[in-house]
Amino acid sequence: MNIRIAAQIAQTHLLAKKRQTLVAMLGVTFGIAMFITMISFMQGVNQFLEDSALDASPHVRMYNEVNTQRPSLIEQLNPGGFNVVYHQKPKDELARLKNGLAIADRIAKEPGVLGVSPQVATQVFYNNGPIQLSGTISGVDIERENRLYTLTSRLKSGSINALRTNPDGLIMGSTLARKLNVRTGDKVTITTPGGGTRILRVVGTFGFGVGTVDNTKSYANLSTVQEILQKDPSYITDIHIKMFDPLQALPFGRQLRAEYGYYTEDWATANQAILAGEQIRNMLTYVVSITLLVVAGFGIYNIMNMTVINKIKDIAILKATGFDGKDIVAIFLLQAMFIGLSGGLLGLGIGFSLSYLLSITPFEAGDFLSIKTFPVIFSGTYYAMGLVFGVVTTVLAGYFPSRKAAKVDPVSILRG
Amino acid sequence: MSTVLKAQHVNKYFYDPETFQVLKDITFEVQKGEFLSIVGKSGCGKSTLLYLLSTMDTDYEGAIEMAGVTLKGRNQDFLAHFRNEHLGFVFQFHFLLPEFTTLQNVMLPGLKLGKYPEKEVEDRAMEKLRLIGMAEHARKPASKLSGGQQQRVAIARALINDPTIIMGDEPTGNLDKANTENVFEIFHELADKGQTIIAVTHDPDFAAGTDRIIEMSDGSIISEHKNP
Repeated sequence: MNIRIAAQIAQTHLLAKKRQTLVAMLGVTFGIAMFITMISFMQGVNQFLEDSALDASPHVRMYNEVNTQRPSLIEQLNPGGFNVVYHQKPKDELARLKNGLAIADRIAKEPGVLGVSPQVATQVFYNNGPIQLSGTISGVDIERENRLYTLTSRLKSGSINALRTNPDGLIMGSTLARKLNVRTGDKVTITTPGGGTRILRVVGTFGFGVGTVDNTKSYANLSTVQEILQKDPSYITDIHIKMFDPLQALPFGRQLRAEYGYYTEDWATANQAILAGEQIRNMLTYVVSITLLVVAGFGIYNIMNMTVINKIKDIAILKATGFDGKDIVAIFLLQAMFIGLSGGLLGLGIGFSLSYLLSITPFEAGDFLSIKTFPVIFSGTYYAMGLVFGVVTTVLAGYFPSRKAAKVDPVSILRG
Repeated sequence: MSTVLKAQHVNKYFYDPETFQVLKDITFEVQKGEFLSIVGKSGCGKSTLLYLLSTMDTDYEGAIEMAGVTLKGRNQDFLAHFRNEHLGFVFQFHFLLPEFTTLQNVMLPGLKLGKYPEKEVEDRAMEKLRLIGMAEHARKPASKLSGGQQQRVAIARALINDPTIIMGDEPTGNLDKANTENVFEIFHELADKGQTIIAVTHDPDFAAGTDRIIEMSDGSIISEHKNP
């Protein structure tokens, strides 16, 4: 087999039927362009949702799960016996992490940990005049919290320094602030479940772009919240941990749980709905893209089949003058490959342009999502995948007609 | 003189629509440098015989030996290579590749053989085109040539690899008188230079100009005689 002559003949065939070649190419181009656009956009959406979920939630959260169910004393002493206890009250157990601050400092020294923020979180009522809204308040060391969630970039008004200098300061979720009709500088009354009240001044508002956070959460100083709850300065209910690599958080969470005996929750468990949605979108993307490519493949198959039928005399003459089956396969397969490769490359270009246009298209997502344009990911992997898919489809689509061409019996054609 | 082609007891059947014996016990030899014509009426099996000799049709009984090589039972790739190296064809309906230029058409079998570099194949192709008087049309697409011109180019193509035998299936069957004479003239010149040629024809004038005539009827050779 001599690939150079085969290529020369393939080239002549392609150039002789420019329009047909172009149509076949455009089939692949369209398929690949759609594939690139869809996958870039879908993965962009996935990444965005994952990021916003991951940004707003810790990779690992350690807390003490208060268990209200406990066996009665008599049940412990006489298990399996006929024991009847009515209306047993739960034990007064604190949601605290014992030695929480010390644990936080130790975790911060572990490798792979980006930051640790020990905090006190509690449910509260926010009162402003007659309005009463329920929410949560987190007492944090704002420096450490900032390291985890880059609060500075999420502030809509005020500053985090104002919280450090003002012990009665409060940084409030932007949606919550709007509902309470308060702005930076206004005062809000906080009521804890224990009954304690305190008047705090709003020194800033933030927006994570995640509804459940912006709607309910506020940050205050750790000591302030401890005071409102009438607890000592070592009272810690939650430790939030961020890792350099989110995937490391899963085994790390399990390790911490075994080490300290407190309940840990990783981001994957906390955001199962988002991850499930991601899988469904991925599936959808691949199904649609592969369908498009298969359709393009059938287009090529058709055109190659027609070419083989049109060129049947030429095939006979080539065979008569000494070209063997492999040469004939090479001639037609090269044509299919050229169509696949050039159509594919053009498709990559168009796919890139479409994704770029999408990425600069304004998109008003409201309060829930903090984006201004459609999220699109530009990744070389998708382009490589698109090209590989395109070439494989066209080679398959070109192979069967080429094999048919190789089996042409020259005698029956040449005898007329 | 050496024998370049030997056919022994060749039988061939067509099976569709019913079994029918086209060739019956064909035995003959061709010497090197001979200009042989096979004549006979339509349907006598002369073309079928030529396609057996051409190695493209492999479904027969008996033995065919060419250039010292037994051709029975060889695989298709071997036969393709053998055709490329040892055989040149001229068909009734000229059969050039229409998208290629005259020169490219002549060059293709030479490039396939790969015996010479491309530049040399081109020089040789030009030389063959000059031989048949088509050199000035070398850069024209084959589809722009007249029937007679195409047939002459087909002869040049058959010559490109200096084949052992040139085979022609009614090489003048589709041409007018002037072109027939022209093509015949070329064949004759080649034969004079020692080229072995086997041509199937039903043109008695053409046959009369060859060295030897084999006459066939109903699948058998009925007579064989040398021309003076």
